[in-house]
Amino acid sequence: MMGAENKGHDYEEAHLFASKEEMESLVLHEHPFNSNSNGNGNFFSSYGSAMSSSLPDSHHPLSSSVATAILTDSDPLLSPPPYPELHGPSSHDNSYIEPPSYADVIFSPFHGEDINSLESPSLSSINSPMSFSRTSSSNSEYIRITVSNPQKEQETSNSIVPGGNTYFTYLITTRTNIPEFVATEFSVRRRFRDVVTLSDRLAESYRGFFIPPRPDKNVMESQMMQKQEFVEQRRLALEKYLRRLSEHPMIKKSDELKVFLQVQGKLPLPTSTDVASRMLDGAVKLPKQLLGESTVAPHEVVQPAKGGRDLLRLFKELKQSMVNDWSGSRPLVVEEDKEFLEKKEKMHDLEQQLSSSSQQAESLVKAQQDMGETMGELGLAFIKLTKFENEEAVFNSQRARVLDMKNFATAAVKASRFYRELNLHTVKHLDALHGHLGLMLAVHSAFTDRTSALLTVQTLLTELASLQSRSEKLEAASSKVFGGDKTRIRKMEELKETMRVTEDAKNVAIREYERIKENNRIELERLDKERHTDFLSMLKGFVANQVGYAEKIANVWGRVAEETSGYVKESI
Amino acid sequence: MEHQPPPWSVSGSSQSPRSPSSQPYLHVSVIDPVKLGNGVQAYISYRVITKTNLPEYHGPEKIVIRRYSDFVWLHECLFEKYKGIFIPPLPEKNAVEKFRFTAEFIEMRRLALDIFLNRVASHHKLRQSEDLRTFLQVDEAVMERLRAHETGIFKKPVELMQIFKDVQSKVSNVVLGKEKPVEESNSEYEKLKHYVFELENHLAEAQKHAYRLVKRHRELGKSLSDFGKAMKLLGSCEGDSLGRAFSELGAKSDLVSVRLQKEAQQLLMNFEEPLKDYVLAVQSIKATIAERANAFRQHCELSETVKLKEINLEKLKLIHSDKMREAEDEYKEVKEASEKATRRYETMVRLMKEEIIQFQEHKTLDMGVAFHNFADGQARLANNMADGWRGLLAKLEA
Repeated sequence: MMGAENKGHDYEEAHLFASKEEMESLVLHEHPFNSNSNGNGNFFSSYGSAMSSSLPDSHHPLSSSVATAILTDSDPLLSPPPYPELHGPSSHDNSYIEPPSYADVIFSPFHGEDINSLESPSLSSINSPMSFSRTSSSNSEYIRITVSNPQKEQETSNSIVPGGNTYFTYLITTRTNIPEFVATEFSVRRRFRDVVTLSDRLAESYRGFFIPPRPDKNVMESQMMQKQEFVEQRRLALEKYLRRLSEHPMIKKSDELKVFLQVQGKLPLPTSTDVASRMLDGAVKLPKQLLGESTVAPHEVVQPAKGGRDLLRLFKELKQSMVNDWSGSRPLVVEEDKEFLEKKEKMHDLEQQLSSSSQQAESLVKAQQDMGETMGELGLAFIKLTKFENEEAVFNSQRARVLDMKNFATAAVKASRFYRELNLHTVKHLDALHGHLGLMLAVHSAFTDRTSALLTVQTLLTELASLQSRSEKLEAASSKVFGGDKTRIRKMEELKETMRVTEDAKNVAIREYERIKENNRIELERLDKERHTDFLSMLKGFVANQVGYAEKIANVWGRVAEETSGYVKESI
Repeated sequence: MEHQPPPWSVSGSSQSPRSPSSQPYLHVSVIDPVKLGNGVQAYISYRVITKTNLPEYHGPEKIVIRRYSDFVWLHECLFEKYKGIFIPPLPEKNAVEKFRFTAEFIEMRRLALDIFLNRVASHHKLRQSEDLRTFLQVDEAVMERLRAHETGIFKKPVELMQIFKDVQSKVSNVVLGKEKPVEESNSEYEKLKHYVFELENHLAEAQKHAYRLVKRHRELGKSLSDFGKAMKLLGSCEGDSLGRAFSELGAKSDLVSVRLQKEAQQLLMNFEEPLKDYVLAVQSIKATIAERANAFRQHCELSETVKLKEINLEKLKLIHSDKMREAEDEYKEVKEASEKATRRYETMVRLMKEEIIQFQEHKTLDMGVAFHNFADGQARLANNMADGWRGLLAKLEA
């Protein structure tokens, strides 16, 4: 028991912890515990709510700070120090107001969301480090898109279902300084269908590019969740998607995106028709195609056969692809670019590793979260115990224990907060993995564009070859008949015409194929570079966070260890 | 093997700070767990070493082999004979079959038994127990006989009589319609009882979270290790500097993961176990409280019986009945029993008062040590991690 009573005095100052610290509302009574003490010990200040969020909900106006971060040419990792108001006003606990360590710097800008609701670290509204690192190195142009304010609206056109079809629209706000846009800040309302349209039009215009995939339609899930949850999820997904689009150097300046973001009212982009009606249209045309000489118009050749209405073309290309696969003969043009084939392999490997890394990252995040939670629960249990012992204390030994316990419990709660904060940052950094995994879909699409363009070329070449042989046969036959058969001559001329058109189409197709190949190449380069930057920044950020928070946690416990060091010396 | 004082229990050290041989001393230790037997019959045996200069013992040093049920025997003997004293708790009997023979469990149990024995040997009353001497000195064969004889419902003859008497009085109470629970009306004692019961709940919860925290450390270690492996593989897809960076991250994650696993073990031994011990100690107090309630009831009932007998005797005296002699003998007998019961009860009250003070003091020390070890461990872990990651950060920046 030696020293226990002396300790009491020393503890007085140390115990005036920031009441602003958010802890559970347990009011511990003021207790003049010792006739020797001067009873003014406000030992047991009231605690606010404990186990909720790690950061107080001070809503920082994000845009200004982000803008500064982006507009300065410096490395975002070293941007200006943290907000002192992030932490409680009490200055007793100096561990908060210290020179900026890495952990403070890499804060997550909470964009007006209620932190308390963020139980699972799905903070896609946080600007990913991907855009941070990239935009800061470009020529200080920026564009920032926000999706908000979902509203229910009625379908005005005559719908089959009485009572009308309802759907949601979202307010899409853009802030930008890119000159191609008409203003610096503007908003439109769009529905999900519009996003599908945008995505389809982009896919057509930017064949061979790595276009970020749009959010799923998710019909099944929408039945399963609550409407609100679903709408919120969709809002987040849309925001993420539009932001990714706006980060792509070509797409951000595309007409389609510009129109989508700026034009009020109905989206003036041609809508995609569904598969059924396309097939229907195609079926209508088919008989005519079969009877007459069908040609593929050159302008149609720039789009793949699959999404179109030309059934005959679809069949031909299908046949061609089967010939490619099954017959022994080599098609007339093949994918020869060795570099590309190697790259494709690499992309495949990368995708696999990204997938497993992404999974492990999720587990890690969960483990960190759990650690923080349990630490907090332990702290809470001891706070309750402290309160209890304090109320019931009869002996001085108990009172001494109360002090120790309180120190301990407070430290545990603090450490718990740090773990949770660390986790929020970790999520943000490791998100680069998820992001790039998502992009693999875009890469697939782009490679598919290339493959289908090649198929079109091959089909046309085959067609041309067969037309050629028909023409030769016809010529040979007609040369035998003297005088020239009028029908035969006509047929030959038609054939020659068909051949010419097909030749044109072939040339266009080849040009398109080459174009797509080049797009692929450019994009692969771009992606590699971006991935490198993103991953490097991710690693740095992740590690810096670990350092920063480990330091903070070490600090907290170090002090408790010191304060209780007397016990260990005693027992030896 | 040198005896080392139990790491986290000050109250469990029977070492006296001064050790000139003139001072009486009794040092005990439990070491060398060995698995014996096969299959379902398998059990762990321990070596118990006693070093002493006390005359009641057979010599300066004695080594015997004991198993868990021997300790249980000792505990029960002490509980029976030293009412009012909080007998130091034993580690829990039941263990999940799967873990009964893991190295971790064996060591934890050995430690707990060592602490138990040390606490007994350092308690000013308990150390004088004859049963303790028996436990520390007799050979295994004798011990086995004692163990078989004592454990279970088999009670000594005296106790048997007591039970009958209890039942008897209870029955008569019921018949007479005054079946009310006889309890002390002492407000201070009431407060203590309430305190003890509440305390157990709080402690049990704290211990639960402490155990979970150990698990969390292990889980974090594992997921960090898996993450590191995935990062290494990812790095092999990228080239050059980035690939190297990934592989460094993977390596560092491994190291940190190992450190986390170590800390988990430390946490278990130095914090969760002491907390569990605390819970068990409180349960021991509850057992003593129950015993005191029994003692009080007996004291009350016998006092009543004495009064009745006295009245009866007086009646018989007046009418000069020949039953008087018999009644007088009975009266004397009951009076003696009643005085004994009252003494027993009062001893318990006195002892408990002292015990509670000791208990609180010991627990403050034990918890102080536990908090220190926890904080120290966490601080070291965090510093270790910070250093490790910092080194990596420097490399990445380059």
